[in-house]
Amino acid sequence: MARIAGVDLPVQKRAEIALTYIYGIGRARANSILHRAAVNPDTRVRDLNEDEVGRIRRILEEEGQIEGDLRKEISMNVRRLIEIGSYRGLRHRRNLPVHGQRTHTNARTRKGPRKGTIANKKKASAKT
Amino acid sequence: MARSVKKGAFVDDHLMKKVDELNRRNEKKVLKTWSRRSTVTPDMVAHTIAVHNGKKFIPIYISENMVGHKLGEFSATRTFKGHSVKSAAERSASPAPRPA
Repeated sequence: MARIAGVDLPVQKRAEIALTYIYGIGRARANSILHRAAVNPDTRVRDLNEDEVGRIRRILEEEGQIEGDLRKEISMNVRRLIEIGSYRGLRHRRNLPVHGQRTHTNARTRKGPRKGTIANKKKASAKT
Repeated sequence: MARSVKKGAFVDDHLMKKVDELNRRNEKKVLKTWSRRSTVTPDMVAHTIAVHNGKKFIPIYISENMVGHKLGEFSATRTFKGHSVKSAAERSASPAPRPA
């Protein structure tokens, strides 16, 4: 039962991996945190003692910018782009890729599932 | 790669000269410019700049938030507004031809 940074409690994983369940922390940041907290990255979360959890918490606090704060900042940045009417804002508004990628094909992450035409649907159903 | 800080933000000289002139005279005038590549600097805030989009000049009121962006970002060069949505009746009347 490790509850760090609000809601996250991944147990039975190695500390290095478990920390990446927190929004804003990847492998690199997880490792640097554990290094500074002097915790072995290989220890399972359930094996962490109170002391170690406390140290990790304290370092996370100094780091700042995780979970809600980070999400809020990102959405503020996006809102700013939209409000000033910039090209990037327009792309955000229409849920299209922002960094100049092609949209003729691909771009499914931003566009979501394909909205097939009738011809496509017929072909798909004929195949099955 | 980002531009070197040492050089400062890039603004075309001809545009900067006009902005400075307006600031000195404390005037507000719509400035036409083709210089989409110029960065918005703090001097330009509260001016209206008409930025060419290849066809016409799009007037842009510069706000504080826009500082650091390029003028071209605010003057869209493309007009695509999405595909036309066919009505249901139209679609059933003329089914899309299937490729052989």
